[in-house]
Amino acid sequence: MNNPYLPYPVRIDSVITETEDRNLKTFKLVFLNAEDEKKFAYTPGQFGILSVAGLGEIPIGIATSPTEQGFIKFTVNKVGKVTSHLHNMKAGEIMGVRGPMGNWYPWDLLEGKNVVIIGGGFAFTTLRSSIVYMIDPKNRSRFGKIDVVYGARSEGLLLYKDELAEWEKRSDINMHITVDSSSDPNWKYNVGFVPAVTRQKAPSAENAYAMICGPPIMIKFTLPVLTELGFPPERIISSLEMRMKCGIGICGRCNIGTEYVCKDGPVFTLEQLAGLPVEY
Amino acid sequence: MPDIYYTAKENFAGVIERLMGRYRVYAPVKEDRCHGFAPLRSAAEADLGFSNTRLSPKGLFHPQAERMFEYSLAKDDPQAGIVKEAQKDFSPRVVLGVRPCDAKAFDLDDANFNTETIKDPWWVRRRETTTMIGLACDSPCSTCFCTSMGSGPYDTAGLDVLLVDAGEGYAAEVLSEKGKNTLEVTSGWSPVTSAILPLTHKKKAAEQSIGIAFDPAAIAKKPMLELYNSPTWEEVQFACINCGACTFVCPTCWCFDIQDEVCGDKGERLRLWDSCMFPLFTLHGSGHNPRSQKTQRVRQRFMHKLKYYQDKYNSGPACVGCGRCVQACPVNIDIRQVGRQMVSQGCSCPA
Amino acid sequence: MQPCSESIREAAKRLLLEKRVDAVIGFRKGTVPFMNEPFLARTPEQAGQLVWDGNCAINLANYLPKRTGSVAIAAKGCDSRSIVIHLLENQIRREQLYVLGIPCQGMTDKRRIADRLNGRQVLQAEETGGKVRVSGRDFEQSFERADLLQENCAICTHKNPVLYDELLGQPVEEQQIDRYVEIGKIESMPPEQRRLYFDELVQPCIRCYACRNACPACYCPTCFVDESKPQWLGKTTDPTDTRTFHFLRAFHVAGRCTDCGSCERACPVGIKVRLFTMKLEKQVKELYGYEAGVTQDERPPLDAFRPDDPEPFLG
Repeated sequence: MNNPYLPYPVRIDSVITETEDRNLKTFKLVFLNAEDEKKFAYTPGQFGILSVAGLGEIPIGIATSPTEQGFIKFTVNKVGKVTSHLHNMKAGEIMGVRGPMGNWYPWDLLEGKNVVIIGGGFAFTTLRSSIVYMIDPKNRSRFGKIDVVYGARSEGLLLYKDELAEWEKRSDINMHITVDSSSDPNWKYNVGFVPAVTRQKAPSAENAYAMICGPPIMIKFTLPVLTELGFPPERIISSLEMRMKCGIGICGRCNIGTEYVCKDGPVFTLEQLAGLPVEY
Repeated sequence: MPDIYYTAKENFAGVIERLMGRYRVYAPVKEDRCHGFAPLRSAAEADLGFSNTRLSPKGLFHPQAERMFEYSLAKDDPQAGIVKEAQKDFSPRVVLGVRPCDAKAFDLDDANFNTETIKDPWWVRRRETTTMIGLACDSPCSTCFCTSMGSGPYDTAGLDVLLVDAGEGYAAEVLSEKGKNTLEVTSGWSPVTSAILPLTHKKKAAEQSIGIAFDPAAIAKKPMLELYNSPTWEEVQFACINCGACTFVCPTCWCFDIQDEVCGDKGERLRLWDSCMFPLFTLHGSGHNPRSQKTQRVRQRFMHKLKYYQDKYNSGPACVGCGRCVQACPVNIDIRQVGRQMVSQGCSCPA
Repeated sequence: MQPCSESIREAAKRLLLEKRVDAVIGFRKGTVPFMNEPFLARTPEQAGQLVWDGNCAINLANYLPKRTGSVAIAAKGCDSRSIVIHLLENQIRREQLYVLGIPCQGMTDKRRIADRLNGRQVLQAEETGGKVRVSGRDFEQSFERADLLQENCAICTHKNPVLYDELLGQPVEEQQIDRYVEIGKIESMPPEQRRLYFDELVQPCIRCYACRNACPACYCPTCFVDESKPQWLGKTTDPTDTRTFHFLRAFHVAGRCTDCGSCERACPVGIKVRLFTMKLEKQVKELYGYEAGVTQDERPPLDAFRPDDPEPFLG
């Protein structure tokens, strides 16, 4: 019997500090056993459980897209016991990963649709996965217009800055990068909170789905904007954060109503969330 | 025709000994003021004259601390940091004398641990290799309410064999292939056909001695959010001290934590009982806690057992009416009363 | 005269009608014999459910820390001393409280009754005069109340509340008694025997933390057992970790514990955790001459430093 609690051993290939406050690092992981990578076949929106022997495990969204082969990347925020230790680990060290876990963004529903992606802060990881997946030449034609609103408190706190700049240059994706405030006279992008910039750019809701991922406060103020723009609850998709341990819907702690966020989620439409207790 | 056998009580020690010859046998054993399921070292240790154990036998399938994995952390070890499975003993076991409520509880727990897509390897292997020999209840406690929860003192759910105390001996009803094979090992049984008649009379007497608690079907019919937003939770939660007593004694509470413990350059990953009653249970790394208030945690426990589980699996509640939580709660929060409140949503009178 | 349910109900109704307090903390009748449920009455109708008898053992002061609004609270001797500790530790303000002081004759211990009944289940229990009458499926028996007291009540030296706004009932006579007979027995054990004694004592512990949660002195937002950076002890029932929990908790409540017995009463597996807390109570008494919560004019000795603090462990 396959043991879903057993991590695949991986080696840290590189560690990149993403933000100026050094609280966010992206870990590029390579599987020690090639067949494990095949078993880890994932879809954008899913997460993995990073395992550090001696410390514990943490659930983190998968930042790479399955179109990127040979490695997986996770962007980790330093908040506690495990993440603090992880942040001190270096390339070459061994750790583990379990997964892929959870459900994924509803790619079957997004076929032929316009996609509006709204992200804030460091909740952008699975959105990166989604963007890379969609703009990959093999996939781009499956989707209509792609609009992205992504903001952070300041430019130093944006993730994947190099890639953001690259995407900004492309014509097959509309990037609206923003910061809450900027003291840089050369800042070429937007200034303003994500909800405000979303309202300003007013992406059309016609034949479109909105995918939103960010801190609770950002979501709280952006949802009314999306509703104003005409997105109905069944076409607004969100990914929930919860404290998790097993990640496979057994240990009970991510339970909301009838759902396990780790197994039945973390991706839910607003319509689904409306039927659940507000305990997240 | 039910498959029923009989053996005189004077033979029963021999039955247990023969079981012990082939299996690891767990039975209720006297512990200070109460009973607990423990591995038998001799047939004489088994005490079937018990009412029920203080802690449920869930520890036999879901130990309070389960060593899942081990690993080396030694600096020069090429295997350092790689997590490996810990050795387990899955040799066949018999749980003797388990009450029908507890046996049914494990069936309810199976829905959680043994799903189509995900199987918990330790739970599933232990369930596969364990024969459940139950003992019908003739003297239910005043805190029992199994009959309201879809179980009963003579219920057969989750059992391979059901023993009934027939005065001078035990009647054993074989309920599965596994049960049949286990009984065959023990010999000393003779088949009966007519002995069941006085037993149905005992079954009825036992069932009727149990009070009606509340009807979980009425809770299943109510909309989830209506129950969730009910103002009665404020009142229910006041006395609760958010300890883990109810969750630890309950046979259908399975929530667990996963922790790594290190000693020197070796470590292990453990699975430990956890409780939704503890504030730490849902605390995010960021400091956000969706159930930071006691009311929310108290509500979660009852909603999960009596409502969410029913909705999720389209079956009865995640409660078998064993009454242990009623006995263990230091402040007498009574699930029967909470259930009644959920059904009627308003009445706050004590029973 | 022990105060009865009627006096509590009357006082509670009056205080609520006068809007003197927002709510009254007391007990309502339990659903099983020998248990009552802590209850918050917000209206005069709800106040009608309040009861007071020998099963009101849990320390209601446990429900005070960080409470907002005004509240009346039924408090026996030990409870009132816990309230004093809360006042000293800024967990509640005096002006929020209306203390209904209750001179106490002791609470009954359901485990003592269970021992005497040898497994027979109690279905009804009644307390009248100095007797407790119990009945079950096929038996009836009567006991002297004095034989069924909780262990801490049997040796109580502060039966009368030290702090109250209103006293419900006549003060009762305090007793002179050596509280540390049991502790003395353990102290006289040689170390190896003592170690085995403690091992056996905490062996049934399931780390449910009912003792800690029932204790009014334990109100830390994050208990030391839940810290992760660093993690002080493991979460299994490993004997060392379990011993550490019990010993450290006893130290944390040293000089603040009023021996209300809630910890022992709450324990689902019947561990005599008071053997640890009382040892420290004895030491605090011997070293600092201090008894927890008897007066608001003195701070618990372990939260204040005085240059003349005894330091027998220093040379």
